[in-house]
Amino acid sequence: MILAKVLGNVVATQKNHRYENARVMLCEQMTPEGETTGHTVLALDAVDAGVGDTVLIVQEGWSASTTATGKAGAAIDSAIVGVVDRIDLLEADTRQ
Amino acid sequence: MQLARVIGTVVATVKNDALRHRKLLIVQSLNKDLAPQGKPLVAVDAAGAGVGELVFWCRGKEASFPFKREDTPTDCTIIGIVDSDEHVSRL
Repeated sequence: MILAKVLGNVVATQKNHRYENARVMLCEQMTPEGETTGHTVLALDAVDAGVGDTVLIVQEGWSASTTATGKAGAAIDSAIVGVVDRIDLLEADTRQ
Repeated sequence: MQLARVIGTVVATVKNDALRHRKLLIVQSLNKDLAPQGKPLVAVDAAGAGVGELVFWCRGKEASFPFKREDTPTDCTIIGIVDSDEHVSRL
Protein backbone atom coordinates (compact mmCIF):
# COMPACT_ATOMS: atom_id res chain seq x y z
CA MET A 1 0.00 0.00 0.00
CA ILE A 2 1.08 3.57 -0.49
CA LEU A 3 0.48 6.65 1.61
CA ALA A 4 -1.21 9.56 -0.14
CA LYS A 5 -2.98 12.83 0.47
CA VAL A 6 -6.44 13.33 -1.01
CA LEU A 7 -6.45 16.48 -3.17
CA GLY A 8 -9.92 16.29 -4.68
CA ASN A 9 -11.91 14.24 -7.11
CA VAL A 10 -12.65 13.95 -10.81
CA VAL A 11 -16.09 13.89 -12.41
CA ALA A 12 -16.61 11.55 -15.34
CA THR A 13 -20.07 10.94 -16.75
CA GLN A 14 -18.89 8.47 -19.36
CA LYS A 15 -17.05 5.65 -17.62
CA ASN A 16 -16.92 1.91 -17.14
CA HIS A 17 -20.23 0.77 -15.60
CA ARG A 18 -18.48 -0.76 -12.60
CA TYR A 19 -17.45 2.77 -11.54
CA GLU A 20 -21.02 3.94 -11.08
CA ASN A 21 -21.81 5.32 -7.60
CA ALA A 22 -18.10 5.41 -6.79
CA ARG A 23 -15.97 8.48 -6.19
CA VAL A 24 -12.75 8.78 -8.15
CA MET A 25 -10.32 10.65 -5.92
CA LEU A 26 -7.27 12.64 -7.03
CA CYS A 27 -4.41 11.82 -4.65
CA GLU A 28 -0.74 12.68 -4.33
CA GLN A 29 1.70 10.10 -3.02
CA MET A 30 3.40 10.92 0.31
CA THR A 31 6.48 9.80 2.19
CA PRO A 32 6.03 8.44 5.74
CA GLU A 33 7.55 11.73 6.91
CA GLY A 34 4.55 13.56 5.44
CA GLU A 35 6.17 15.14 2.41
CA THR A 36 4.31 14.91 -0.88
CA THR A 37 6.30 13.36 -3.72
CA GLY A 38 4.60 15.15 -6.61
CA HIS A 39 3.37 11.85 -8.08
CA THR A 40 -0.37 12.05 -8.69
CA VAL A 41 -2.62 8.97 -8.77
CA LEU A 42 -6.34 8.30 -8.99
CA ALA A 43 -8.04 5.87 -6.61
CA LEU A 44 -11.61 4.77 -5.96
CA ASP A 45 -12.85 5.74 -2.53
CA ALA A 46 -13.96 2.79 -0.38
CA VAL A 47 -13.92 4.46 3.06
CA ASP A 48 -15.52 7.91 2.63
CA ALA A 49 -12.20 9.75 2.67
CA GLY A 50 -12.28 13.53 2.46
CA VAL A 51 -10.13 16.19 0.84
CA GLY A 52 -6.97 16.78 2.89
CA ASP A 53 -6.99 13.32 4.49
CA THR A 54 -3.90 11.14 4.54
CA VAL A 55 -4.99 7.76 3.22
CA LEU A 56 -3.82 4.24 2.46
CA ILE A 57 -4.14 3.24 -1.18
CA VAL A 58 -3.97 -0.39 -2.24
CA GLN A 59 -2.60 -0.82 -5.78
CA GLU A 60 -3.65 -4.37 -6.53
CA GLY A 61 -6.67 -5.19 -8.62
CA TRP A 62 -8.49 -7.88 -6.63
CA SER A 63 -8.29 -5.96 -3.37
CA ALA A 64 -9.14 -2.63 -4.98
CA SER A 65 -12.12 -3.98 -6.88
CA THR A 66 -13.49 -5.92 -3.91
CA THR A 67 -13.22 -3.07 -1.42
CA ALA A 68 -14.50 -0.35 -3.75
CA THR A 69 -17.35 -2.18 -5.49
CA GLY A 70 -18.02 -5.23 -3.30
CA LYS A 71 -17.09 -7.59 -6.12
CA ALA A 72 -13.88 -8.70 -7.79
CA GLY A 73 -13.28 -8.42 -11.50
CA ALA A 74 -13.70 -4.70 -12.19
CA ALA A 75 -11.19 -2.64 -14.13
CA ILE A 76 -9.93 -0.92 -10.99
CA ASP A 77 -6.26 -0.93 -9.97
CA SER A 78 -6.27 1.41 -6.96
CA ALA A 79 -8.61 1.96 -4.02
CA ILE A 80 -8.49 3.99 -0.82
CA VAL A 81 -8.80 1.42 1.96
CA GLY A 82 -8.01 3.49 5.06
CA VAL A 83 -7.73 6.97 6.51
CA VAL A 84 -4.48 7.43 8.43
CA ASP A 85 -4.76 8.93 11.91
CA ARG A 86 -1.06 9.01 12.72
CA ILE A 87 2.31 7.62 11.72
CA ASP A 88 5.07 6.92 14.21
CA LEU A 89 8.58 6.66 12.79
CA LEU A 90 12.01 5.95 14.17
CA GLU A 91 14.36 8.90 13.99
CA ALA A 92 16.14 8.89 10.63
CA ASP A 93 19.59 8.27 12.16
CA THR A 94 18.46 5.22 14.19
CA ARG A 95 16.96 3.16 11.35
CA GLN A 96 20.02 1.09 10.41
CA MET B 1 -5.49 4.71 -12.09
CA GLN B 2 -3.92 7.77 -13.69
CA LEU B 3 -5.31 10.97 -15.11
CA ALA B 4 -4.14 11.44 -18.70
CA ARG B 5 -4.60 13.39 -21.90
CA VAL B 6 -5.18 11.53 -25.16
CA ILE B 7 -2.46 12.92 -27.41
CA GLY B 8 -2.67 10.66 -30.43
CA THR B 9 -3.82 7.48 -32.10
CA VAL B 10 -2.02 4.32 -33.20
CA VAL B 11 -2.86 2.29 -36.27
CA ALA B 12 -1.68 -1.32 -36.28
CA THR B 13 -2.94 -3.62 -39.01
CA VAL B 14 -1.17 -6.75 -37.85
CA LYS B 15 -2.06 -7.42 -34.22
CA ASN B 16 -3.45 -9.96 -31.79
CA ASP B 17 -6.94 -11.10 -32.82
CA ALA B 18 -8.45 -9.91 -29.54
CA LEU B 19 -7.29 -6.38 -30.35
CA ARG B 20 -9.17 -6.28 -33.66
CA HIS B 21 -11.64 -3.38 -33.86
CA ARG B 22 -10.16 -1.89 -30.70
CA LYS B 23 -9.05 1.73 -30.72
CA LEU B 24 -5.44 2.28 -29.71
CA LEU B 25 -4.70 5.73 -28.31
CA ILE B 26 -1.56 7.41 -27.00
CA VAL B 27 -2.05 8.77 -23.50
CA GLN B 28 0.19 11.17 -21.59
CA SER B 29 -0.33 10.83 -17.84
CA LEU B 30 -0.81 14.08 -15.92
CA ASN B 31 -0.17 15.32 -12.42
CA LYS B 32 -2.52 17.37 -10.25
CA ASP B 33 -1.76 20.54 -12.22
CA LEU B 34 -2.58 18.68 -15.45
CA ALA B 35 1.09 18.85 -16.44
CA PRO B 36 2.78 15.79 -18.00
CA GLN B 37 4.00 13.10 -15.60
CA GLY B 38 6.10 10.26 -17.01
CA LYS B 39 6.30 8.98 -20.56
CA PRO B 40 3.39 8.55 -23.01
CA LEU B 41 1.84 5.06 -23.25
CA VAL B 42 -0.36 3.24 -25.73
CA ALA B 43 -3.79 2.44 -24.28
CA VAL B 44 -6.72 0.37 -25.49
CA ASP B 45 -9.93 2.41 -25.37
CA ALA B 46 -12.92 1.11 -23.38
CA ALA B 47 -14.72 4.43 -22.95
CA GLY B 48 -15.11 5.91 -26.42
CA ALA B 49 -12.39 8.52 -25.92
CA GLY B 50 -10.85 10.72 -28.60
CA VAL B 51 -7.75 12.84 -29.15
CA GLY B 52 -7.54 15.87 -26.84
CA GLU B 53 -9.83 14.47 -24.16
CA LEU B 54 -8.97 14.20 -20.48
CA VAL B 55 -9.37 10.56 -19.43
CA PHE B 56 -8.30 8.11 -16.78
CA TRP B 57 -6.74 4.74 -17.39
CA CYS B 58 -6.23 1.51 -15.50
CA ARG B 59 -2.97 -0.43 -15.42
CA GLY B 60 -2.04 -4.09 -15.10
CA LYS B 61 -4.12 -7.23 -15.43
CA GLU B 62 -7.27 -5.30 -14.54
CA ALA B 63 -6.90 -3.36 -17.79
CA SER B 64 -8.25 -6.37 -19.70
CA PHE B 65 -11.40 -6.69 -17.56
CA PRO B 66 -13.66 -4.46 -19.70
CA PHE B 67 -13.01 -6.87 -22.59
CA LYS B 68 -12.91 -10.64 -22.93
CA ARG B 69 -10.47 -10.77 -20.10
CA GLU B 70 -8.45 -13.95 -20.64
CA ASP B 71 -7.85 -13.13 -24.29
CA THR B 72 -7.18 -9.42 -24.47
CA PRO B 73 -3.49 -8.54 -24.16
CA THR B 74 -3.46 -5.06 -22.60
CA ASP B 75 -1.92 -3.51 -19.52
CA CYS B 76 -3.26 0.01 -20.09
CA THR B 77 -6.94 0.71 -20.80
CA ILE B 78 -8.94 3.95 -20.86
CA ILE B 79 -11.80 3.48 -18.39
CA GLY B 80 -13.46 6.89 -18.17
CA ILE B 81 -13.64 10.34 -19.74
CA VAL B 82 -13.40 13.33 -17.39
CA ASP B 83 -16.21 15.77 -18.21
CA SER B 84 -13.81 18.74 -18.58
CA ASP B 85 -10.57 20.14 -17.14
CA GLU B 86 -12.71 22.05 -14.63
CA HIS B 87 -14.15 18.76 -13.35
CA VAL B 88 -10.83 17.95 -11.68
CA SER B 89 -11.23 19.50 -8.24
CA ARG B 90 -8.19 19.84 -5.99
CA LEU B 91 -6.86 21.64 -2.97
